[in-house]
Amino acid sequence: MKLRKVTAASAVVLALALSATACGSNDKKDGGASGGGKKIAIGIKFDQPGLGQKTPQGYSGFDVDVAKYVAKKLGYNEDQIEWKESKSADRETMLQRGDVEFIAATYSITPEREKKVDFAGPYLLAHQDVLLRADETSIKSPSDLNNKKLCSVTGSTSAQNVHDKLAPKANLQQYPTYSACLSGLQNKAIDALTTDDSILAGYASQAQFKGKFKLGGFKMTNENYGIGVKKGSDLKAKINKALEEMVADGSWQKAVAANFGPAGYKNEPAPKIGDVKS
Amino acid sequence: MTSVLYDAQGPRAKRRNVLYTVVFLVALAALLWWVYKSLDDKGQLDWEKWKPFVGSEAWTTYILPGLKNTLIAAALSMVIALPLGAVFGIARLSDHAWIRVPAAVVVEFFRAIPVLILMIFGNALFAQYSNVTSDDRPLYAVVTGLVLYNASVLAEIVRAGILALPKGQTEAAHAIGLRKTQTMTSILLPQAVTAMLPAIVSQLVVIVKDTALGGAILTFPELLAAVSPMSSYYGANVIASFTVVAVIYVVLNFSLTSFASWLEQRLRRGKKSTGAVLAPAAVGGTESAGTVV
Amino acid sequence: MFDFLEGYDLLGAFWVTVQLTLLSAAGSLVWGTLLAAMRVGPVPLMRGFGTVYVNVVRNIPLTVIILFASLGLSQTLNINLGAQAFDTINFRLAVLGLVAYTSAFVCEAIRSGINTVPVGQAEAARALGLSFTQVLTLVVLPQAFRSVVGPLTNVLIALTKNTTVAAAIGVAEAALLMKKMIENEAELLLISAVFAFGFVCLTLPTGLILGWVGKKVAVKR
Repeated sequence: MKLRKVTAASAVVLALALSATACGSNDKKDGGASGGGKKIAIGIKFDQPGLGQKTPQGYSGFDVDVAKYVAKKLGYNEDQIEWKESKSADRETMLQRGDVEFIAATYSITPEREKKVDFAGPYLLAHQDVLLRADETSIKSPSDLNNKKLCSVTGSTSAQNVHDKLAPKANLQQYPTYSACLSGLQNKAIDALTTDDSILAGYASQAQFKGKFKLGGFKMTNENYGIGVKKGSDLKAKINKALEEMVADGSWQKAVAANFGPAGYKNEPAPKIGDVKS
Repeated sequence: MTSVLYDAQGPRAKRRNVLYTVVFLVALAALLWWVYKSLDDKGQLDWEKWKPFVGSEAWTTYILPGLKNTLIAAALSMVIALPLGAVFGIARLSDHAWIRVPAAVVVEFFRAIPVLILMIFGNALFAQYSNVTSDDRPLYAVVTGLVLYNASVLAEIVRAGILALPKGQTEAAHAIGLRKTQTMTSILLPQAVTAMLPAIVSQLVVIVKDTALGGAILTFPELLAAVSPMSSYYGANVIASFTVVAVIYVVLNFSLTSFASWLEQRLRRGKKSTGAVLAPAAVGGTESAGTVV
Repeated sequence: MFDFLEGYDLLGAFWVTVQLTLLSAAGSLVWGTLLAAMRVGPVPLMRGFGTVYVNVVRNIPLTVIILFASLGLSQTLNINLGAQAFDTINFRLAVLGLVAYTSAFVCEAIRSGINTVPVGQAEAARALGLSFTQVLTLVVLPQAFRSVVGPLTNVLIALTKNTTVAAAIGVAEAALLMKKMIENEAELLLISAVFAFGFVCLTLPTGLILGWVGKKVAVKR
């Protein structure tokens, strides 16, 4: 008799679980109905305002604008794009497995990565920089960062650069997201947030932060943002062509102004295709 | 409330308790006031940081889709891991070495490896050897990792539960002519599962929390992973976002444990006459501390 | 095949993991025992506190607790645990967070251990005129501990793996090095395998040795 009760209880759990999954699969299909036939999957960041940010209205940012423009040139409308989150550690594998056609996600071209994937572009030249509170006056050059409290994302290249080269004596805090660093910066528990100036400008451009932060303008490294494609893909040439057109018809400059403008970010001119600055 | 551990309290002890309570409450109030003050000084309580959670936008864009994925992954993992855990738990008690030893190896192996790494492997396996679409792959990988790890922990719980039953149960079952399988399925397992319910439930809570690992590295869009794009969109309201999400987790897991203790009481009520039921806590300590990797 | 390991301090990272584990284990054993004492004790307020503490802390993901320790305690409330450099602060905060979280599980394990001690033991102790503290520390807890070595081993193994969460606030332990290596080397699977092996090396012996200890010290009834 007791067994029956246990069975009944497990049946309830099972039913709950099944109904939960049933709802799940129904919802998932809704997204892909419109657009008619072919789709293109593009990898972007979901949590970097100004570059790739998930918002209640959809996706926004410079990487997103570039990706949209390139997709259009490849023959896909906006509603045919399937946006996917590609975290930094995941980017190479996503391309190799063919989960996405291309990735525009603050993807710096480096020799190690070029062994695994191909890059179109670069489409933006960024530099490692610092974000400071607007009233900060004691940090004027990278060497001033020594003995200051610095923050960056756990394990990132920027964090390693600080530690190894730029300011070995800096007090470095690492967090999983830039947002966590930023809240420390606001609380004055941290003096500077370091990563690519484009990412910093994206944050500083947010409406909530208007006038609160400024960029250091140190240009500590060169980061050549490229569009990652699968090794040997014929997309590379097509994307390169699209990027050239984007610069030529002024859309590139417009996208830069729209996404980084409010932060007073002095962007580099559009890089030439294939011109990777080390 | 009486206990065998101490005597009934006299008037002096009662007065002392009242004093303790007052002192504690004053200290708590002071602490809360200080925390409130510091948060306020640093602007963490600004309306701007909390406003998003009053409207529906933040919920429909970030939190609810995340919560849905957390629930799906957790429910699937529980439904698969529970029977699998029971099977392995029983297999480790088998009389045949060729069943017992491999089961022990499997259980010990998967218990020792961080769940996160199991998930990464699962993800790679599905990518390499199956045609699961890239949309579903994180879910599959998360469920695989959770099932492998939690089934082996549950196996240990079930085994401990069966071993802790009075010997008389097995002997009586054999005496009335039940086979080994019958003894297991109709005598031992039901009692063991009922007795181990508290431990099993804490493992289920662990499953709910561990879905968050999938968000950390496999881009499985679950509840905790929703904090990242959410807090970056709403102006780095990290503390506010994490607080809201933490409250959701507490409510979710607390209702799970409450449901389980209700279920446990129901199951136990009809059993008073048999006298074969263990005190729940006698064996209930097998829970693991919510492995997060 | 393993040349990507060059230039990384793998042993150093795992040493930090071991330190985190041992310190947090000691801390949570003490705090968890205190919590368990509160939960079975005569003061209603402490019972209430113990229950609420365990039920809240156990239900929050560890990542959130550790991040709160850093973002909340250190960055907002300026509690830096007597250190200046972030490295030290974060290490201490991580231990604090791990202790806060793990002690909830230790408390429950010990409480179930207390329940395995036959009622007669406590009754006899009270008949001798021992106070609650004496009953607990001299008679009940020593027996309870011996019966929960197994469950506590599970907690310890889980704690060892949980230390990887400390990477979230930048403690330079194994998981942080793993993140760094994945970022630089793009060898996700191989790197994961190396670290999985490292953790198996730490946890398997723990399980085996303490399993043996558990059998040795178990109270035969």
